Amino acid sequence: MSDLGTTSTTIDEERAEVVAQARERSRRGVTVEVIGLYVICISIALALAAILVAVTGGSWTAVYTAMLDGSIINSGRIGLTIGVATPILLVSLGTIVNGRAGLVNIGQEGQLVMGACFAAFAAARLDGPGPFVLVVAMLIGVVGGALWAGIAGVLRYWRNVPEVLSTLLLTTVAANLMGWGLRKEWLLLAPASGRANRNQVSEPLPDDTRIPRVTWFGNEFPISAIVAVLLAIVLAVVLGRSIIGFRLRMLGTNPGTAMRAGVAERRYGVAAMLVSGGFAGLAGGFMLAGGDFGNYQLVANFGAGIGFAGLLAALVARQRVLIVIFVAFVFGGLRTGSGFLRATGVSGRIADVVQGLLVLALLLPPAILYVRERRRALAATSARV
Amino acid sequence: MGDFFNALGDIATNESAYRNAIIAAVVLMLAASGELVAEKAGTINISLEGMILGGAFAAAIGQHAFGSVWVGLLFAMLAGIVVAWVQANMSHRLPADQFVVGLVLNVLVLGVVGFLASEIEPETNIVGRVRIPLLADIPLFGPALFDQPWVLYLVYPVVPFVWWLVYRTRWGLEVRAVGEDPNAADVSGLHVNKLRRQTIYLAGLTAGLAGGYFLFARAGQFEDSLVGGRGYIAIAAVIFGGWTMKGTVGGCILFGLVGSFVLTIPSLGYESVDPAFLAMAPNVVTILAMAFFATRVRQPSALARPFLRGLK
Repeated sequence: MSDLGTTSTTIDEERAEVVAQARERSRRGVTVEVIGLYVICISIALALAAILVAVTGGSWTAVYTAMLDGSIINSGRIGLTIGVATPILLVSLGTIVNGRAGLVNIGQEGQLVMGACFAAFAAARLDGPGPFVLVVAMLIGVVGGALWAGIAGVLRYWRNVPEVLSTLLLTTVAANLMGWGLRKEWLLLAPASGRANRNQVSEPLPDDTRIPRVTWFGNEFPISAIVAVLLAIVLAVVLGRSIIGFRLRMLGTNPGTAMRAGVAERRYGVAAMLVSGGFAGLAGGFMLAGGDFGNYQLVANFGAGIGFAGLLAALVARQRVLIVIFVAFVFGGLRTGSGFLRATGVSGRIADVVQGLLVLALLLPPAILYVRERRRALAATSARV
Repeated sequence: MGDFFNALGDIATNESAYRNAIIAAVVLMLAASGELVAEKAGTINISLEGMILGGAFAAAIGQHAFGSVWVGLLFAMLAGIVVAWVQANMSHRLPADQFVVGLVLNVLVLGVVGFLASEIEPETNIVGRVRIPLLADIPLFGPALFDQPWVLYLVYPVVPFVWWLVYRTRWGLEVRAVGEDPNAADVSGLHVNKLRRQTIYLAGLTAGLAGGYFLFARAGQFEDSLVGGRGYIAIAAVIFGGWTMKGTVGGCILFGLVGSFVLTIPSLGYESVDPAFLAMAPNVVTILAMAFFATRVRQPSALARPFLRGLK
């Protein structure tokens, strides 16, 4: 009996080992497959952009070299890239929140502009020690962005207006409101003494209400970058490990279940929009006070597409908080890199093309893998039947 | 306030305001007619904006290279279909999110077109007006509808044709079934995602045409701010119109009127209104209109819901 017992154990162990080996092999295979797919897709995107440059008579090697030089290679450029990536990261953090709740907010650009306007208005009116004014102004910026997104949230839940459209339409409204505010001295326009004639700009923030800048390894960037990364970590914990995060996810993946489990759809949905807009508003405030975007003041076209870049970063990272930090850095690099393009004679807009193609390419692998997985699962079930 | 109503009165009797309103409304109508079909099948096709912009640029290239408006329009439709091809296959063959794909496409088309336009700088011009006798003599509305650049008259066959496709053909019935209950449609042998892809191609075709039309009828010269959110307003018009052709056309005319009347206000001597408010007025009216009407209509049940056969 004991003999038999031992043999059967060894057989079991052997079998288990074989199974484990097979699993390991297939896992490695899948990882290789995933990485391979990503590499292929990204290369195709970059190649398409290169072809576009070559067809229009430019040199694609010069373009890519210039972009790398401008974003990371030349000294001090990494700091600049970090500064530009900061608002992008914040916007994408907000996008992740509303994405988890199953809402599609694509008007971050407007929410960002609103946040910046509120912050600029507050900073010009508040009295007190600089750091205090700075913090309060940033918080008011958060409120501005949240209110702007809140409009869309309320319209969505009480008036059935798809938030996809309302957020987008509100973006233009926000930009025009800023333009109007920059023509009125009692709103945003700087007093005539502080600006060149007929220039529509807001008053630059005084030195002590600017975000302090630090220098690491020759790269100078505002400390708002560190705040943004900390916020990302907090958000990752809240979304992944808390009841609130769980309820948001439930609302996003299955509203019916969420309703039956007692998640108030309107409350959580509107809250998600508010938080999302709040992040965009904070991004606007940081752009204003951070120093990497102009001279600490509002100008026409202040948003500069940062809101859209942040949105795209969140989409590429597929709503995962820690990956988004890396993607935001890459997108920041595309912007700082495009600053070096003038020397190559190719329009700086090629950076937008590269960004769009990259995003499109990064959407492909997960979709392809999903389809393949399903096909395999279906084949497996039909084989068993 | 009295000033404002005087202005409204002046505009309501101003012939050129109607002419501009119809020009603006037709670009919305062309785009929205295709969008309506896509939404009937269950897709909110956000990339409409990109399709129009791509169409406008391709039209400019077509006329620049071949000197013919017809070639331009053909190019425009092809460009719309190219954008639609990406949208359709990524969201309804692969399971990528339709909003994500649409948004990325808008950004990408804007980037590509802006880049190419700054490299090529196509030269184009507005096509001439053609007056349709008798009909154009109707006071106030006649010239707006029947004394216009000839490309505008394309809307008269296109919109009824799309209506006929959706409501009077077998294909249209299938499309509507797919948008209402994809599972039932699937069980009765319809290829849900294929039908949805086809409707997106149709939307690309009409939206591309809308872009080409707008270039030749209004803009004359291509610039990348040409479309400026009209695609989104066209989508809003479909929602405003309660997913019917009649309502959609009505919405397009309303939004076209608002868009052109705000342009007319300063030229009539009312300069006290800040241009920022005029620029945002179409969007504000669109949002308000949706807020008032979106609860009164019933959307296709499967709108914006992806379809995956079998296991979920």
